[in-house]
Amino acid sequence: MRNAFHEYLEELDRDLDEMAQMVIRSVNRSVEALKAKDLEAAERIIEDDIHINDMRWEIEEKSIQMIATQQPVATDLREIIAVLNIITDLERMGDYAAGISKIVLKLGNGPEVKALIDIPRMAEISVELIEKSIEAYKKRDDIVAREVSARDDEIDDLYDQVQRELIAIMLENPGKITRCTYLLWTAHNLERIGDRVTNICERIIFLVTGEMVENVS
Amino acid sequence: MNRSDELMMDMNPDVIQGENSVKGSSRIHMETKDLTVKYGEVTGVKDVSLKVERNRVTALIGPSGCGKTTFLRAFNRMHDLTRVARVTGQVLLDGVDVYHPDTNPVLIRRRIGMVFQKPTPFPTMSIYDNVVAGLKLVGIRKRQVLDEVCEKALRQAALFEEVKDRLKDAGGSLSGGQQQRLSIARALAVGPEVLLMDEPTSSLDPQSTSRIEELIQTLKEDVSIVIVTHNMQQAARVSDRTAFFYVGNMIEVGDTKSMFTNPKEKRTEDYITGRFG
Repeated sequence: MRNAFHEYLEELDRDLDEMAQMVIRSVNRSVEALKAKDLEAAERIIEDDIHINDMRWEIEEKSIQMIATQQPVATDLREIIAVLNIITDLERMGDYAAGISKIVLKLGNGPEVKALIDIPRMAEISVELIEKSIEAYKKRDDIVAREVSARDDEIDDLYDQVQRELIAIMLENPGKITRCTYLLWTAHNLERIGDRVTNICERIIFLVTGEMVENVS
Repeated sequence: MNRSDELMMDMNPDVIQGENSVKGSSRIHMETKDLTVKYGEVTGVKDVSLKVERNRVTALIGPSGCGKTTFLRAFNRMHDLTRVARVTGQVLLDGVDVYHPDTNPVLIRRRIGMVFQKPTPFPTMSIYDNVVAGLKLVGIRKRQVLDEVCEKALRQAALFEEVKDRLKDAGGSLSGGQQQRLSIARALAVGPEVLLMDEPTSSLDPQSTSRIEELIQTLKEDVSIVIVTHNMQQAARVSDRTAFFYVGNMIEVGDTKSMFTNPKEKRTEDYITGRFG
């Protein structure tokens, strides 16, 4: 039995979960800061992104050490490869949250261009999908991974709606173009988070079945 | 002429001088059909059907006592020598039954050579005589023929350059890794088509091991290889196909790359990932 090695693998899973929770907090906080125009919170989120990045390097280093010293095969190898890919997706999600926070700073305390309904909804679904994908990872559940991946469409639909709405506002009020553009970027960042969740789901399917699939939904 | 007669024909020394004898062309070089080996009441290998592809390396892996060496030794009738084991089922070499009453086991062992876990040179015999021992045994005495075969076999075994100036030295004077390559050269000298290797690197250091592994890659251009190994990474590195054995049964066989990335059977998965065994 390779107990020590399998304990390391379990540790890798725990690290991945911890990193995912950091990313979820960051996304939640960035949209909260947007709603509340909380510039201080936005600055902290941008600063804290470094911890997510550090976590990513730490996990990557552990993974490389395991490949070099333990020569993993089969599921063990697929797990490490999946982790290496998932942490890249999570790290980028952290960047999107930091990006939203930078937009919060740009918007400052200026007037609202529209009521924020769909953007928080997009954030809510994104966070729910990250959570579910990480659960599916922990349970090695490729069925749930497929379901989660399919739900990216909900985020895409909301993005289209936000886009149409903001373009209409910009056409009517050219003075609002700058602020509307900032909101478009925000929505775009959330839409990208959804895409990254589908990447994670593809890796879970690879981990469980050994098949590399794209556009699982 | 039936195929058994063809095997008998190969007894003629002219046919075997350093060249492969009757060379088949089908993709399947050897095949076992429902092969069972019993030691008294104990079944060592049970109903194993495996195809050995020509000019490819087939690795047999599995925990100790799973029957992989017992299975390997059935390929060239090594069990005949112990008279303890009873073999049923079939072993075919280019479609010819290796266990047919008309088939000569000595000849079979010439066509299906074997390399063992520990190097087996005759320690006091010279390097040269070690290599040509098999040929002399069948009555080949012509110096020129022996010289040619010796050099060719030593080159095939990637040993020639290291020993060419001291062919008269004793086989036992070589290092462990060289002795194993000498054993391989001796097996190759009689021109086998199939080479069975029973953990050929288990007694060697990492450097000698990697030399043998490289050698396996070049040898497969000339012979089909079946290798038993305890080292799963070695199986992954050197073989084209891998068969996993467990308590006398062959659990799974397939393309090595798939076996080590995505095995179909849970027991294979558990074994190669070190969850048991």
